[in-house]
Amino acid sequence: MTAQPVKSLVVPAHPHPLLAPEKNEGWGKIREAYDNAREIIEQTDADVLVIYSTLWPSIIGHQIQAHPNPEWVLVDADFHDLGSIPYQFRVDTELAEAWHKANQNRGLESRKVAYDGFPIDVGSVVACKLLNPDNRLPVVICSSNVYANRAETTVLAKSCLDAINQLGRKAVAVSIMSLSNRMFTAPIQPHEDRIHSAKDDEWNLKILEFLGAGRLEDVAQLSRTIHHQIRVQKVVAFKPMWWLSSMNQHRNDLTGEVLGYEPIHGAGAAVVVLDPTSSGQGDKEYDEDSVETFAGDRDVLDEGKDSNLVEIKEQPIHSQHPELWEPTDTNTSVNSQEAPKPVGAYPHARREGNVLYLSGVGPRQPGTSQIPGGAIKDENGKAVDYDIKAQTRAVVSNIEKILNEAGASLENVVDVTTFLIDMDRDFKGYNEVWAETLGAYGPTRTTIAIKALPTPIAVEMKVVARFGDDE
Amino acid sequence: MAEGQIVAGLLAPHPPHLVYAENPPQNEPNSEGGWEQLRWGYERLRKSLEDVDYDCIVILSPHWQTYVGTHFLGLERFESLSVDPIFPNLFRFKYDVTVDVELSKAIHDQAKDDGLAVKMMENQDFRIDYGTITSCHMIRPEWDKPIVSISSNRGHAYYSVEVMQEMMIQLGKATRKAILESGKKCVIVASNSLSHRHFTTESEVPEDMSVEHISSHAMHLWDMRMIELMRSGKSQQIVNEMPEFVEQAIAESDGGALTWMLSALDMPDEPAILHGYGTIIGTGNAIMEWPSRNWRENS
Repeated sequence: MTAQPVKSLVVPAHPHPLLAPEKNEGWGKIREAYDNAREIIEQTDADVLVIYSTLWPSIIGHQIQAHPNPEWVLVDADFHDLGSIPYQFRVDTELAEAWHKANQNRGLESRKVAYDGFPIDVGSVVACKLLNPDNRLPVVICSSNVYANRAETTVLAKSCLDAINQLGRKAVAVSIMSLSNRMFTAPIQPHEDRIHSAKDDEWNLKILEFLGAGRLEDVAQLSRTIHHQIRVQKVVAFKPMWWLSSMNQHRNDLTGEVLGYEPIHGAGAAVVVLDPTSSGQGDKEYDEDSVETFAGDRDVLDEGKDSNLVEIKEQPIHSQHPELWEPTDTNTSVNSQEAPKPVGAYPHARREGNVLYLSGVGPRQPGTSQIPGGAIKDENGKAVDYDIKAQTRAVVSNIEKILNEAGASLENVVDVTTFLIDMDRDFKGYNEVWAETLGAYGPTRTTIAIKALPTPIAVEMKVVARFGDDE
Repeated sequence: MAEGQIVAGLLAPHPPHLVYAENPPQNEPNSEGGWEQLRWGYERLRKSLEDVDYDCIVILSPHWQTYVGTHFLGLERFESLSVDPIFPNLFRFKYDVTVDVELSKAIHDQAKDDGLAVKMMENQDFRIDYGTITSCHMIRPEWDKPIVSISSNRGHAYYSVEVMQEMMIQLGKATRKAILESGKKCVIVASNSLSHRHFTTESEVPEDMSVEHISSHAMHLWDMRMIELMRSGKSQQIVNEMPEFVEQAIAESDGGALTWMLSALDMPDEPAILHGYGTIIGTGNAIMEWPSRNWRENS
C-alpha cells in the first residue's frame, strides 16, 4: 500500500513561540500547541520529520537538505532583537538521497545541498527546535521553488512518498507556513498583537474549519483563492497545502485537530495535526487532477522554440474512446471508485478464494479519461508522441487502487502479463518503471507486443494477486 | 565640518555567480570564469572609482528582506561565512565587514524623524545577506571601506510598487540629508538586477556561457529601455515607469533599491555611465554609475 505520513502538521514560521512565549499570551498558546504537537508525534512510531518550508525559496528546482549535521546560530532577518537561535540537527541523508532521486525519476529538477554553514530557514529551525528538541528524530527539509505550480508541487510530494515507500520510513509531514501572512509593517508592542484584519481572521477560521474536519484537499484546491485573499505576495504562494495534500493522497477524510490559532505580529499562526484515520466523510468539492509526473517548463515565453522536454498531452480524448461502462457488480466483484471505468461489461477485479484476478488495467484517469504521458494518437487518428514511463506509472497506480479496494497491495501481486503496442519504442521505459514499482515486489512477468488496445494507450497489464489465508 | 557628499551612485547587481567567477580567496568554490562582460564591467567601474576619495559604501540589498520596516546594521564588525541559499554550489564566502555605525545610526534617525518605520540590527550573530556581500566585493574587493547596510522592507509586496516607491523616495531623502550632515563622502549602491526571470535549470558547469542568454526578448527590451533612460538622465521617468517594469519584467527593483538610490541622488537629470550589461541565469544585469562628484551642483 502506498505510504502516507503517520501524522501531518501545519505549523507557523515565526520565532516568537520559541524565543518569547512569555511576552504575549497568544505566542505562549502557540508554544503550548507546539508542545502538544510534539507529544502527539512522540506517541507515534514515526522515524523521520519531513519538512516543506515556504521560507526556503529555491530557483533551480527543488533543493533537499542533505548535510548529516547542519549546525549554526540563526538570527531572524526581522526579529533579530528577540535573540539568537543556535541549532544542530540530524538529517536522514538516506531519505534525502532517495527523495532527490525520486524527484528526478518524476521529471523534477532536483539537487541536494550539503554545505557547512548553509542557512537553514527560520521556519524549519523553529519547527525542529520545538517539535524535536532533543533531535530524537532525523529530519529532511525541502525548499519551496518560487516558480513551481500546483502540478510540480503535487509531484514533489509524490516523489517524497516514493522515497518513503522505498525505505519503509514512517514520516511526519510538516508544512511550515502562516495562514494569513500579512504582518504589521511597523514595530508593535507584544500586547498590541492581533490578526491584521477581520478579513484575514475570517479566512483563517474558514481554513481551520476545513482542516479541523480533515478536508485537506479542499483547502489545497482553494489555495490560489486563499493566496489572493489573505496572502501578501512575498516569494512563494500558498503552496504547502498542495504538497501536504498530495502527501496525503489528496484525501478529504482525514481526522483533523486544531491545536492552536493566534496572531504573530499580525499574521495568522496555527498548529494543526492531521491523522490518516478516516473521518468517514471524503466527498470532494473540487476536482483538480492529481498529476503523476512533471513535464517541465513549457517555454511559454519562447513560442516556437524547440524543446526536448516531453509534453504531457491532456486533450480530451472521449472521441477516441469506446463507451464507458459501470463495473459489473456480483458478489465476488471488486470495483473501485478510484479506478477508471471499464470499456465493457466486466468488473475491475474478481476474488476467488484468496486469489484476486484483475481485468486488464490501463493508464486512463478516473473521471476524466485523461492519459498521463499523453494519448498515442490525436483525434484525427494521427500518431503523436507520448511518454511510456508516465503511462506505465499510471497503470501501476490504477492497479494499486483496485488492490487497495480489495484490502491488498502491490506486495500481493504474484503474476503480471503486460501488453505493449510498440515493443521497440517502449520496452526500455516501461521496464525502468517496472523495476521501480512492481518489480520491487518480485511477481512473475510476461511482456507481449500487440497491435492495439481499445483506448489510445500504449500499455496495459493483466494482474493476478494472492493474499490472506486460504479459505 | 565640511558638508558630506555622495560621490557616486551605483547600480551594482549581486548574482553570486560573479564572485564565483572571480575566484577570490574568500570564496570556497572554484570556477573557470564566466560572465566576463559583467565582470569586465565591474572592472571598468572600479577603474572609474580608483582615484575617488570616499569614506563609506552605503548599500541597499533586496536580499536582506524585512517586513517590519527598514533595518540598518548597527554593530561595528561582522565576520562570518555567507552561503547562498539558492546557489550554495557557487557562493560560500568568508566575510569580514566593517560597518560605519555612526552613519548608519544617522540615516536611521533621520528616516525615523521623517516618519518611516526603522530599526537598528544589533545582534552580533546576524549573518549579512549575500547580495550586500557580492555587490560590495565586486565594487571594492579590498574590503577596506566601511559599509552602511540597509534592508529592503518589501513595501511592494505589502502594498504596491507605488507605495514602495513613496517609502523609498523618503528613505533616499533621509539618506542624502544624513550623509550631507555627516561630512562624509559616500558611494551609494542599489544592489539589484533589472529583469529578473531566471532559468529553472543550471548547466552541469555553471559557467558554461554557451547556454547563457536573456530569458526572453521581452525582458531584453525592458532592460534596454531602462538602461537608455539611465543613460539619458531620465530618473523621474524611471520612477514613473517602475510599476510596469516590475510587473512585466519581474524586475528586482521591486525591492526598492533603485528608487532609493535615485532619490538619494536627488533624481538626477545627468546621464549615468553604462559600465557593463550581461545576463546571469537568464536575468538582465547592468552596472551603471552616476558620477555625481563631477556634476556642477554636485551631491
